[in-house]
Amino acid sequence: MNEFNATHLDKIRDEISDSRKKQKTCITICGGTGCHAYGCLKVAEAFKEEIRKQKLQDSVEVRTTGCHGFCERGPIVVIQPEGIFYQRIKLSDINEVISETIINKKVINRLLYVDPRTNKEIILEKDVPFYKKQKRIVFSNNGFIDPTDIRDYIALGGYRALTKILFDMTSEEVIEEIKASGLRGRGGAGFLTGKKWEICRESNSHLKYVICNADEGDPGAYMDRSLLEGNPHSVIEGMIIGAYAIGASEGFIYVRMEYPLAVKNVTIALEQARKFGLLGKSILGSEFQFDIHIFKGAGAFVSGEETSLMASIEGRRAFPRQRPPFPAQEGLWGKPTNINNVETWANVPYIINNGAEWYSGIGTKGSKGTKIFSLVGKINNTGLVEVPMGMTLKEIIYAIGGGVKNHKKFKAVQTGGPSGGCIPADMLDLPIDFETLTKAGSMMGSGGMIVMDEDTCMVDVARYFLDFTQQESCGKCVPCRIGTRQLVEILTRITKGEGQEEDIDRLEDLARTIKAGSLCGLGQTAPNPVLTTLRYFKDEYEAHIRDKNCPALVCKELIIYHIEPQKCVGCLLCLKNCPVEAISGERKKVHVIDQDLCIKCGACFDVCPPKVQAVSKYTGKKRDRILQKPSEKRVQK
Amino acid sequence: MERERKEFMVDQRELIHILHEVQNHYGYIPPQAISQISRKLRISESEIFGVLTFYKAFTLHPRGEHLITICMGTACHVRGAPMILDEFKRKLGVEPGETTGDNQFTLETVNCVGACALGPIAIGDGEYHGQMKTRDVDKIIEDLKPKKGKSAKNE
Repeated sequence: MNEFNATHLDKIRDEISDSRKKQKTCITICGGTGCHAYGCLKVAEAFKEEIRKQKLQDSVEVRTTGCHGFCERGPIVVIQPEGIFYQRIKLSDINEVISETIINKKVINRLLYVDPRTNKEIILEKDVPFYKKQKRIVFSNNGFIDPTDIRDYIALGGYRALTKILFDMTSEEVIEEIKASGLRGRGGAGFLTGKKWEICRESNSHLKYVICNADEGDPGAYMDRSLLEGNPHSVIEGMIIGAYAIGASEGFIYVRMEYPLAVKNVTIALEQARKFGLLGKSILGSEFQFDIHIFKGAGAFVSGEETSLMASIEGRRAFPRQRPPFPAQEGLWGKPTNINNVETWANVPYIINNGAEWYSGIGTKGSKGTKIFSLVGKINNTGLVEVPMGMTLKEIIYAIGGGVKNHKKFKAVQTGGPSGGCIPADMLDLPIDFETLTKAGSMMGSGGMIVMDEDTCMVDVARYFLDFTQQESCGKCVPCRIGTRQLVEILTRITKGEGQEEDIDRLEDLARTIKAGSLCGLGQTAPNPVLTTLRYFKDEYEAHIRDKNCPALVCKELIIYHIEPQKCVGCLLCLKNCPVEAISGERKKVHVIDQDLCIKCGACFDVCPPKVQAVSKYTGKKRDRILQKPSEKRVQK
Repeated sequence: MERERKEFMVDQRELIHILHEVQNHYGYIPPQAISQISRKLRISESEIFGVLTFYKAFTLHPRGEHLITICMGTACHVRGAPMILDEFKRKLGVEPGETTGDNQFTLETVNCVGACALGPIAIGDGEYHGQMKTRDVDKIIEDLKPKKGKSAKNE
């Protein structure tokens, strides 16, 4: 018999909440991946050290929390309960934060976020435009919770949904609730979650499994990582609820090995959940028993596909297989298995707590609730954003994302990872949901949103994605294995200026064959980046093929670097930084690039002072004219 | 028969865990380990070989002293990651997945590390270097080189 039951849990929750109220001030430090990379752990340590030194431990708490999402501005520090938002905190700022803000209750203006549009300093986290337009449900607690302490989650009402279903709801009622909410799988395909659970529940077997798919492989998407790292218990609670509804006794969380912090935090969370009687035999004193194991992936993109993922857990090569039978009928070791993505699981406790009606009131007709997007690329406010379904791309990119970096012109936004496509500027008013994105030739995918500006070459982007899928193709289906390779070869040829007139037709033809002849989602969607760029940016393909011209000045073989004689001030900077000594010149004399030696690494372009900007890139006819000039040869020493 | 099958399944289930452990311990999967695992789990060596070569996490050759990983995620790509990778390739004289002749550096790429705000990113022995420019490449390599060599140079 479990020593913890639901009454105990409520008691613990009250105790924690009471003790927390006494803690007046809490310095929360974002511990997400982005902030980690900025060095947030050192900042947190330094805060703790200083608080100890000043003997403030009794009135001030320092907490490293889950991801706040605004990665662009890390390391992020928020002072609670006021919610004062400090960004880009350095070790040297810490003493001032404590003496001014914590002790004297004064805001330090230079650490505040400045809205670039109004030039106004913003004090509170909730007023920052990046957060203001979001609707944070799944992410709502990330910034308050120390993911390595289950008590933080419990204090904020965590595992209340679990208590509710265990003692007040039958498994059928749980499934009905999830069905009524309209929740759809957040992993890409968008299948109705409640329906999936129902099929699995109806499958006849004494042994059933649930799996959390955390093999987030789409490059540029990291919301699942942030959820697992920042609020692992919301995912675990969702899984226990799902297991109860389906009748599963064992669960797996399949985490990508590239996410060591997620593996660590989930492992800690599972141990603590067991200690609190939330996993194992007779959960919270009920008759329900269930446990979760963590499985570390081994670096194969295809394992994100559900049948491959199961093969991988079974210890085999991650090959997808034919469906039907669907995993809900015959899954892991031949038993009925329900697989959902991290974000889907994390939605479940909120639906149970607030009801299906509340949830289905958010979003569009066919797509309910919110979706987390990782807004990255050439965007001012890189970060994770949670918005209601149906928000337009424009609102996400401009109102939340703050527009394109360095005042460049917006060209396209890529959604859905290697399975998705590029959406051009004239479709920015598109309201985002599962259907609209598919109609535009792209897809929701796991929610990556990569913004591209005028300096991004769309042919190069297509080649990048196909190179990716070609490497990740498991090789089972010939059209995918060989077809993607052919696509890469043709695209590479085009980016090198060796494209042929018929290549565009060839690409379209091959793309259709691969789509039709592949078994799993990887192959079926692999040609999407090519097809959408051909659909919306055909002129760029034609420029590469016909005029040997890369309009975005990206494709190395089609561009040259050139120093403008009338602009060069002869500062020697580029000359010193050129790794192959291709630049000749003297102080205060015009420098020249030897085009035969130049490897086009771009170092000269990077180091030329912004005031001078003497290094330019050229393509097409201008390039040819410059190349004909004798001055572009090395000046004899 | 059913019991045997069950046992077999449980054994195979451990395979990827075990390979992770071996890889962590030795830095690669030595051939002796394959035959040992094969005996222990009663799986053929060819099956194990098939699994370990399928996944990127496992290597059959030891890695160098230092590991340099370049993020090739989409956000990093549009911000110029290929130029950074080219520069590392040129400076180290190896392709991704290879190790330098002196066994000092292994160069690898990763699909995405999810720190897109910092892109392009290079990771040297676990330390993140964000907003990379080609001219930063040299410094990262130099900083990873053994301290001894450095002080000798200074003297």
